[in-house]
Amino acid sequence: MKVIYAGLLAACLAQPLAAAEIWVSNEKDDTLSVIDIDTLEVIRTLKTGERPRGITFNADFTRLYICASDSNAVQVMDPETGEILFDLPSGEDPEQFVLHPDNRHLWIANENDAVTTVVDVETHKVVTQINVGIEPEGMAVSPDGKTVITTSETTNMAHWIDTESHEIYANTLVDSRPRHAEFVKDGTELWVSSEIGGTVSVFDAADQSEIGKIHFEIKGVHPDLIQPVGFELTPDQKTAFVALGPANHIAVVNTETLEVEDYILTGRRVWHMAFSPDHRLLFTTNGVSGDVTVIDVAKREAIKSIKVGRFPWGAVMRP
Amino acid sequence: MTHMRRAIRVAAFGMLCALCAQAGAQAAELDLTIGYLRLEEPAHPVLSGLDPVPARRGIEGAELAISDNQTTGGFLGHSYALDVVSLAPEADVLAAARDMLDKTRVVVLDMTAEAALAVADLAEAKGAILINAANGDAALRGVSCRANLLHTALEDDMAADALMQVLLSKRWTKLAMIVGPTDEDGVRAQTYRQAAQKFGLKIVSEATWTFDSDLRRAASREVPLLTQGFKSHDVVLIADAHDDFARYIEHNTWEPRPVAGGGGLTAVAWAPVIEQWGAAQLQSRFTDLTGRVMTSRDYAAWAAVRAVGEAVTRTGSTEAAVLHDYLLSDGFELAGFQGRPLSFRNWNGQMRQPVPVVNAHAQVAAAPLDGFEHPRNPLDTLGTDQAESECHAFGE
Repeated sequence: MKVIYAGLLAACLAQPLAAAEIWVSNEKDDTLSVIDIDTLEVIRTLKTGERPRGITFNADFTRLYICASDSNAVQVMDPETGEILFDLPSGEDPEQFVLHPDNRHLWIANENDAVTTVVDVETHKVVTQINVGIEPEGMAVSPDGKTVITTSETTNMAHWIDTESHEIYANTLVDSRPRHAEFVKDGTELWVSSEIGGTVSVFDAADQSEIGKIHFEIKGVHPDLIQPVGFELTPDQKTAFVALGPANHIAVVNTETLEVEDYILTGRRVWHMAFSPDHRLLFTTNGVSGDVTVIDVAKREAIKSIKVGRFPWGAVMRP
Repeated sequence: MTHMRRAIRVAAFGMLCALCAQAGAQAAELDLTIGYLRLEEPAHPVLSGLDPVPARRGIEGAELAISDNQTTGGFLGHSYALDVVSLAPEADVLAAARDMLDKTRVVVLDMTAEAALAVADLAEAKGAILINAANGDAALRGVSCRANLLHTALEDDMAADALMQVLLSKRWTKLAMIVGPTDEDGVRAQTYRQAAQKFGLKIVSEATWTFDSDLRRAASREVPLLTQGFKSHDVVLIADAHDDFARYIEHNTWEPRPVAGGGGLTAVAWAPVIEQWGAAQLQSRFTDLTGRVMTSRDYAAWAAVRAVGEAVTRTGSTEAAVLHDYLLSDGFELAGFQGRPLSFRNWNGQMRQPVPVVNAHAQVAAAPLDGFEHPRNPLDTLGTDQAESECHAFGE
């Protein structure tokens, strides 16, 4: 037993900078806040282009991609130095994106242009642009890399795009103002949150049929203000955490029954979230209150709030 | 499949669709032309030339919405067109309305309350969907309401209630009111008096605007005199329906007081300063299309055409009766960039909507404010509620 601990300690000492981090984009400060998961403090604040929203790391966490919406670019940052290395062409007003499992193609939602742009991060070239609905935002890629989803906020659809042909092969209506999409359960289901509709739609990924819908209800909060946005599932895929925007709560959902088991109070207008590497902590961005709520996943309660920049939006983990 | 069977299937489908959002995706190809009928308003003389009324105000809001509908429809095999007819003030609006109703059963009306009512009462308008996107008149939603006339334009009472909620939440409860000389100013003053009473605010003094000099020169001398006699008050409230003199009151009052109603703090359907809830996207799409900022009239027209588009998407039908039922049902909701779903009051056809309260530089609040509760929906704390409504055309 002691030997194991000693071994672990040695491993830790060998990598003094290895404490995992949560990276948060601050939409109205043009910065990123980097939170140390051990101390739960902001340890770095980094400048970005204008209005950073979606952020994601590449496969080995050596590059951070940043949707700098008002700079009309995806910026590429060296997370060690915080230096912006170069801008990728992104189309106008990039809001969210996904990195394809090939680690090479970014699929970007261009909110003002009603297109999805595919960019090759090695050649820095736009591969193609695909016409989608108005105000595309949510982006998801299936684990096998064959399908990318774009959701469009005003068209109220999920567009299913074949990543080989770059053609839309299905369109599924969802409730009003879809914001976020994810393939879950090994890619067998697609979940789409609808902010104004107040629901999360669950689709069978094989035939795009709707197989369920998650509804929310919080005592004392009018249904109109319960506005699901970002969500994440635990690694066993049994539990989902859904951010409810101006309802200022995270819903804890049983992914089998699609019933809500708990509501966790957060800061104001909760947007997106990221887990710690061990999935014991969940970090939520709270746009209006300008902070990050730290949730103890097992206890399902908020344990700390960390002040970040103005209008924190995206959150990703760096191990 | 015989035509008969197909007809039955389509009808059943239309009914089911209200329950089934997915269904629209499988709908057959559909075409819908939406009419936009405008009776131009004679220009009202105002003191300042700073804010000219855009020539295609309203129409361009509808055009943006048609393009929004068209993009959505493109994925479903639905297509939309807008048929705009704009008439000089003295033109025969009823003849134009008859022509339009012959071509389409969905028409947006941009005209006086009197003209809108006359159009709604045409035999040709029976069973059509008319949407008033221009007029805030309370009677149109009350004693004069018509089942074929919906309203996306903000009811005047909704705006007044929104303003009073904000003033009350700030505890600025003693109001001194300046009322302009026109009939419309008088109507607005009465709306403010009722709204103040509804929320327990007090109008402690009133003055009538009578000056006919050029205020650009004289405001600094005349306004202090006009407001000097007011009893102790928190806010100066201005009833100026034509945006005529109100802009000269702020910073010229005898007491240092905020100004509301006209100039200063105003309750509107839309304004260029609205940026939350994705509004910045709508603003920039509108400006890209038109080269100007979006007004309340444009927003009401946009909402009217988008509401119809949303109803077509969800029901898979272009039948006026199907759309009308769906628009007034609990299932209908429109994302209107205001943080809450927009819907229609099924007792008078008024669109429920948050009411932004703004100044020239920023949004100050959005009514309904926290704490103003309603058993049905907080949005129904704004405007004439069902219990007080004198509208009976929509049935119970």
